[in-house]
Amino acid sequence: MGFREKRKIMDAVAIEKTLDRVSREIIEGCKTTDELVIIGIRTRGAYLAERVVRKIEEITGSKVPFGILDITLYRDDLTAVASQPVVHKTEIPFDLTGKRVILVDDVLYTARTMRAAIDQLIDFGRPGLVQIAVLIDRGHRELPIHADYVGENVPTSEDEVVDVQINEVDGKEQVIVVEKVEK
Amino acid sequence: MKWDKRDLLGLEQLTKDEIIFILDTADSFKEISTRAIKKVPTLRGKTAVLLFLEPSTRTRVSFELAAKRLSADMVNISASTSSMLKGESLRDTVRNIEAMKVDLVIMRHSMAGAPHRLAGEIEPGVINAGDGCHEHPTQALLDMFTIREKKGRLKGLKVAIIGDISHSRVARSNIWGLTKVGAEVVIAGPPTYIPPYIEKMGVKVKYRVEEAIKGVDVVMVLRIQRERQGKNLIPSLREYRKIFGINRDRLKIAKPDALIMHPGPVNRGIELDPDVADGPQSVILEQVTSGVAIRMAVMYLLSGVKSENPD
Repeated sequence: MGFREKRKIMDAVAIEKTLDRVSREIIEGCKTTDELVIIGIRTRGAYLAERVVRKIEEITGSKVPFGILDITLYRDDLTAVASQPVVHKTEIPFDLTGKRVILVDDVLYTARTMRAAIDQLIDFGRPGLVQIAVLIDRGHRELPIHADYVGENVPTSEDEVVDVQINEVDGKEQVIVVEKVEK
Repeated sequence: MKWDKRDLLGLEQLTKDEIIFILDTADSFKEISTRAIKKVPTLRGKTAVLLFLEPSTRTRVSFELAAKRLSADMVNISASTSSMLKGESLRDTVRNIEAMKVDLVIMRHSMAGAPHRLAGEIEPGVINAGDGCHEHPTQALLDMFTIREKKGRLKGLKVAIIGDISHSRVARSNIWGLTKVGAEVVIAGPPTYIPPYIEKMGVKVKYRVEEAIKGVDVVMVLRIQRERQGKNLIPSLREYRKIFGINRDRLKIAKPDALIMHPGPVNRGIELDPDVADGPQSVILEQVTSGVAIRMAVMYLLSGVKSENPD
């Protein structure tokens, strides 16, 4: 099984502009950023969240707490996978009680990752509000979860993969749709 | 790395990469014990049996908390309340436990090799929580985890292990583990406590504690195991303390920032003076904290591997 690039959705400039817009929407969405907390989902969501935090801080001039979730231990498919996936650190060094939490990820698809993230979040305290911000919403939900802030809606078929590549992980910046092909 | 072992019997069987992988995994688990809700749903529906046929506080509680924080169910069996008192063999006891469909057996036994023997025949994964004077792998892993956390590395460090090496499964597991990851190990104790041919495990042997701890980064002090002695291997505890006990003056021979470690329980005033045990260089309680994270990591990794022994 291999992958073939089908179409390009975003380049570096588009990603930058989209994150800028999403950050502004997040600020607009709340009366004050005092209670705002941004939490990224490993791996790429964490880096995107970090950029969103920087933008919000630039625009508002106030500090926004930033955390990282590793959802591995909350996955619903651990009994199905061949061997245990590598666990990375979760870093939420502040109290979430009463906070306005924005969960950030690269792609929203079946929403199983988001379900795990929300469950884990609740174990850290009782947030006042939880919202979801994603770079790409590609549809095909398997759980009743929706995104509050969406960079771009990308209609896809289920045998396609949306591949978000960012400098911190992949050494380049782009979003492409690839198709599984038999080799 | 892909973890593929169903049992943890000792550090002798592990590669350097596997040891480092467990330590890295434990690093991610440590944070869970600092949360307000100290529980993750990862091993929900799995059952672990603690079969402790020798006394223990630390290891037993540590395994039990680790299982509970991973949401596994946990059953406790001890020799004094089991049918072993009626003469049931270990093998029969474990086969019966297996028949009740459990996923993990965590076992402490006074005979070396007991968990190894069972691991080959039963479906559940087996964790050795100490077998006689042989190995205590999770203790060595938590020791290495603590050292790495404090010193930032393991490779190239000098570690002295002082005391009753002969009867110590903690020493054996640490020697296997530390030498594999590139630390230098020196051991010291009275000649009656040093097993013959131990230098074949890649350690230096000294008979004077001052020579052993000179310039080391870590001083690991072992407990004088009065329950395993019977025969008089040392003239008296007072003499042991005088010649081999770690006190404030002796500690000055090690590096100024050397760590003091002890697997517990401490015989205060025999192998270790109270002011050193409670002093600024002591990481004895950090070792206990690390233990829960290590045991969570081990249970997590072993639980993902399917058995090769079908029932």
